[in-house]
Amino acid sequence: MNKPKAPIDHNNTVITIKGLRKSFEDYHVLRGIDLDLYQGENLVVLGRSGTGKSVLIKIISGLLTADHGSINVLGQDINHITDRELQELRIRIGFSFQNSALYDSMTVRKNLEFPLVRNRKGISKKEIDEKVDEVLDAVGLIKTINQMPSELSGGQRKRIGIARTLILNPEIMLYDEPTAGLDPITCIEINELINEVQEKYKTSSIIITHDLTCAKQTGDRIAMLLDGQFQRQGTFDEVFDTNDERVKPFFDYNFIK
Amino acid sequence: MDTANSTTLQTEKKAKKPGWLSKFLVSLYNINKFIIRFFKEAFVPPFEFKEIVRQCYETGVRSFTLISLTGFIVGLIFTKQSRPSLGQFGATSWLPSLVSIAIMRALAPLVTALIAAGKVGSSIGAELGSMRVTEQIDAMEVSGTKPFKFLVCTRVLATTLTIPILATYTGLVAMLGGYINVAVNEGTSFNTFVQEFFDPLTFTDFVSSLIKSIVFGFTIGIVGAYQGYFSTKGTEGVGKAANGAVVTAMFLIFIEEITIVQITSWFR
Repeated sequence: MNKPKAPIDHNNTVITIKGLRKSFEDYHVLRGIDLDLYQGENLVVLGRSGTGKSVLIKIISGLLTADHGSINVLGQDINHITDRELQELRIRIGFSFQNSALYDSMTVRKNLEFPLVRNRKGISKKEIDEKVDEVLDAVGLIKTINQMPSELSGGQRKRIGIARTLILNPEIMLYDEPTAGLDPITCIEINELINEVQEKYKTSSIIITHDLTCAKQTGDRIAMLLDGQFQRQGTFDEVFDTNDERVKPFFDYNFIK
Repeated sequence: MDTANSTTLQTEKKAKKPGWLSKFLVSLYNINKFIIRFFKEAFVPPFEFKEIVRQCYETGVRSFTLISLTGFIVGLIFTKQSRPSLGQFGATSWLPSLVSIAIMRALAPLVTALIAAGKVGSSIGAELGSMRVTEQIDAMEVSGTKPFKFLVCTRVLATTLTIPILATYTGLVAMLGGYINVAVNEGTSFNTFVQEFFDPLTFTDFVSSLIKSIVFGFTIGIVGAYQGYFSTKGTEGVGKAANGAVVTAMFLIFIEEITIVQITSWFR
């Protein structure tokens, strides 16, 4: 499947990271990350499990704090930001969790309404219903509106998780392992959905994955995270056109070779 | 790895593992921070009224049957066990007074709190712990909402409001248990029993019981919420959170009971 061409504005960065370091006790996960995400771009961060990919986007969304380095998101320095500013910034960032993180005590409708009601003061019931219908339609799951998360399949949960982030019209989307644990057909559907979201909502995205099919289908640019740093960056073909023994096995063991 | 990185890594000192004392002090600091955060967020709009009412209902319903049964049995057994001792002095007519003082001053709030710690505290710990390990709390945070207010403040307020009501109910059910025993053995009428039951109680007794119940309710809520909210290590962590919520809350309830009784005795 060819990736739809959404315009990328290389003069406009939405995320700029310089010298980012993060350790957990004596385990140094990120060891000097430099990164620019451009407006309208889908950036895929590839790497093995435990290399700090999820840590990176959790720092970007303010869930974790960096030990060192500057992180500028939509013009705001995450390290020097008040709680209120962070809360406002987070509304502009969508975060799709690896396990979807749907609120399991609420129906799909309530899951979608939850962030909307709390962030759009004075919004009418009609507007809420319209918005919920719109995002459910965008992910193709309008029929699940009154179901509980436990009644949904893995792929449906991922889609609802994405719909929940879209309801606030985010400018940046952060996807944490969007295809993890899904069958190949559903993986392709999720990859297509990621591209559709980029086109329709004009988002810039960071997609964390170790699934090369996902990387190839969704990524405008690939960044390979090795030893706590981005060792290779470029298009899919550029990144894997190498004899680097740390990169080659990643490609060789994947079915798309 | 390049030279610059190697040099940096060599200079990064290994973090020293903290001992039990520093762990304890850090926990104490974190709990205090958690409580202060509760007071900062709970009474500032917007309020989650619907969720508070839902949590009050959950707290009440979860404990209602067990509290009814326990309260009744406590009243019945306490009266039965006290009879022989009072009988030796020919003072069985004092049974209603004795039962009322024991139940209203101590047993009703304490028994209610211990049951609620087991039923409600563990449930709050497990529920929030599960939400933490499945990243539901993180999901609330990144969507610009305030999970602390929605999850913690509502539950703590619910237990703080509901436990005094449940304790009052326990007291009344225990009174009923005591009455049945007295009525069967002494043939005392209900009106006489009620009059003798409430006669020895003072305003201080009611106030101290109310304060105790409020403090116990707050403790159950805050401990359960703290254990669950900072739960780690997957499903194992959820179990630990639920267990920790019960054990810690019960331990604190006993300490608070002793402290409040001591303080109240100065006012008598």
